[in-house]
Amino acid sequence: MYGKRWVIPGMILFVALAAFPFYWYAVGKDKPFPQLEMPKNAKACVEKTPFMRANHMRLLDAWRIAVVRDNLFVYTAASGKTFEMNLHKTCLGCHTSTEKFCDRCHTYNDVTPPCWECHLQTETASKGSAS
Amino acid sequence: MIEKAFHGGKGYWIWIIFLAAGTGMGLLAYLYQLKEGLWLTGMSRNVSWGFYISQFTFLVGVAASVLMVVLPLYLHDFKAFSPITVLSQFLTVGTLAMSLLFIFSDVGMPMRILNVPLNPTPGSMLFYDTVFLPGFLLLNLIIGWTALGAEKRRAVLPPWVKILIYISFPWAVIMHTVTAFIYAGTPGRGFWMTAIMAPRFLTTAFAAGCAILIVLSMVLGRLSSFDAGEKAIQKLTTIMFYALIIDAFFLAVEYFTAFYSHVPAYSETFRYLLFGIDGNTAFVPWFWLMNIAILCAIGLLAFPGVRHNHLHLSIACIVALCGLWIDKGFLLVPAAFIPNVFGRIMEYPPSWVELTVSLGIYCLGMLMITTLYKVTTAIKRETNVRR
Amino acid sequence: MTISRRKFLKTTSVSCLALAAGPSLGHGYELLELPGRMSKGPEELKAKRWGMVVDMRKCDGRCTEDCIGVCHEIHNVPFIPEAEHQVMWLFQEPYENAFPDRSRELVSKVLKNRRFLLLCNHCDDPPCVRACPTQATFKREKDGIVMMDYHRCIGCRFCMAACPYGSRSFNFRDPRPYVRKINPAFPTRRRGVVEKCNFCQERLEVGKMPACVETCKKGALVFGDLDDPDSEIRRILAESPHVRRKPELGTRPSVFYLF
Repeated sequence: MYGKRWVIPGMILFVALAAFPFYWYAVGKDKPFPQLEMPKNAKACVEKTPFMRANHMRLLDAWRIAVVRDNLFVYTAASGKTFEMNLHKTCLGCHTSTEKFCDRCHTYNDVTPPCWECHLQTETASKGSAS
Repeated sequence: MIEKAFHGGKGYWIWIIFLAAGTGMGLLAYLYQLKEGLWLTGMSRNVSWGFYISQFTFLVGVAASVLMVVLPLYLHDFKAFSPITVLSQFLTVGTLAMSLLFIFSDVGMPMRILNVPLNPTPGSMLFYDTVFLPGFLLLNLIIGWTALGAEKRRAVLPPWVKILIYISFPWAVIMHTVTAFIYAGTPGRGFWMTAIMAPRFLTTAFAAGCAILIVLSMVLGRLSSFDAGEKAIQKLTTIMFYALIIDAFFLAVEYFTAFYSHVPAYSETFRYLLFGIDGNTAFVPWFWLMNIAILCAIGLLAFPGVRHNHLHLSIACIVALCGLWIDKGFLLVPAAFIPNVFGRIMEYPPSWVELTVSLGIYCLGMLMITTLYKVTTAIKRETNVRR
Repeated sequence: MTISRRKFLKTTSVSCLALAAGPSLGHGYELLELPGRMSKGPEELKAKRWGMVVDMRKCDGRCTEDCIGVCHEIHNVPFIPEAEHQVMWLFQEPYENAFPDRSRELVSKVLKNRRFLLLCNHCDDPPCVRACPTQATFKREKDGIVMMDYHRCIGCRFCMAACPYGSRSFNFRDPRPYVRKINPAFPTRRRGVVEKCNFCQERLEVGKMPACVETCKKGALVFGDLDDPDSEIRRILAESPHVRRKPELGTRPSVFYLF
């Protein structure tokens, strides 16, 4: 093979570098799943927990599009209960601390959705106005 | 073939390092802008498009000018253009890459840029640019590269490339027309809203493209064994000359409509550019310089002595380029916002960050073009030697 | 069989590209089928085409700070000190700037000293919507409001070039530090997007009139359905001569001025 002396070590080096996250982060123990602080004023979320856990972002996306583009406002869940399609009133009405709910899971999964660049929760809002 | 770009003399590498350093500086400035926001630029709520969008407009024009080389060659069998065809196509590749980067630098949310293809909007003229620009870039890269490969192997062009070349004819015209339509379809910006915008875009594009190609051919002739051929240079000069005359005519027609009709929507911006309004004169010297440069270039090129002396011809080309760049690459975009929609004069000076980012993009584009030209000239030398 | 290096590289890169492109084309931007259903709010104020009358005979321009203040406060509109980067939903301009296309000579004193209340015209044929390459700004067919989807805007500012009324503002800076008093019930915007008046869409859906209309004690602002011949706004427009800003551009604004 042409250039064997360089190509083969080069390929090995490339694979070693490309696979870096797998062996680097795979060492050590599993981090325990974070403890989420559940709302006190409600027992169930908009939809069933497994659905919400997997699809809350898609639900929010669908809500936003419905509210902004189609003048829809009320969501009737599979259970028959109705909710305002409003992140602030409905979601944050129960999950009063995003820090103790959203962020814990997002941090664990290493995702950083930009929600709070624009949306506000009551706590950060009071902090913001004080400054 | 790309390996040819790695063999060069000292001057070549100094030039490469210089361009790479310029690109790096532009990148740093861009990162600063990305972190801080577009308030670092000279743009404002009054003049909401500035230097970036101007460069984009100018460079799309240069890219479209490839038509003036491939059309005579492939449709009229004007063989003298064959040495410069690949150069022209690679110039298009470089300028389109720059155009796309200029759009990217201008948007406030670059990480969301994929929203454009994800939500295709045929009603928006900007949408067409995002389709036609990358398409034309690919088209020219594929055509140019394959043609060069064929030349290296001394083979004829494969038939599928011929088909791509025919597709590229209307593509070039449509691409630059939709760029003009971004401006020509905006109510309330009288300076832009003129049906002559697209024709004028095409003439300035062809003039600027031919001027750059002539200058580049001269430079390459000095630096390598490349020879464009006197016939090709003279033909490019003729095209540029007539494009410049038509452009001057179109401009004159614009002045007439603006100043004879006395309709403020059409005349106010021209009045601002020619004389300034209420002591605001930032663009006035530039605008005069633009008009003088175009007229001087036409005057110079009218003399056969200038056309046939390479040094004089290069000077005439550079004078023309100055005029064309000030027109399309500097004034055309921001001037339409002056006076603003409230009838106020709010001027626009580009900021240092804006200029540094732009310089970086130009360096990157030239780096691409240099690399591609290195490969081209190396292959042309080989084939010449073999012959 | 031997293959050249060139051919090997070509084949590998094209197949890699195909491998990457295949799944990303298959799983594009798709919305989730929700288990529940969505409907209109019971309280919602309904109209086919919302419009506003600004009665300059009643608006003396002295208390417009109130309606502007309320609007900007509930919508978290930042107060940016430098004028060239200001964000404005509701704002004021003198007659000759609000109507630069109308006669500027020998203007009556009454008009000359008035400061006109300006906002997004929610045009019937909005040029900004035509310009937007992502449909981040769009006209709602159901109520005629020209809306913004701040999640989708890429900040290209084509809409600002297209809008002949200066109603659109770009967030040149991060707006949040400049919001004087944050209203947590309404989001702020991010740096890099365009924003504008939304005719208080978030209030209409819960049965409230726009904040500026509600704030005005003098009844100078009338809000209603331009498509309903029996509405108050239509009655006023039928009775009094009125103007719109730059009607010659064919945008058909939904904001009318009486003076």
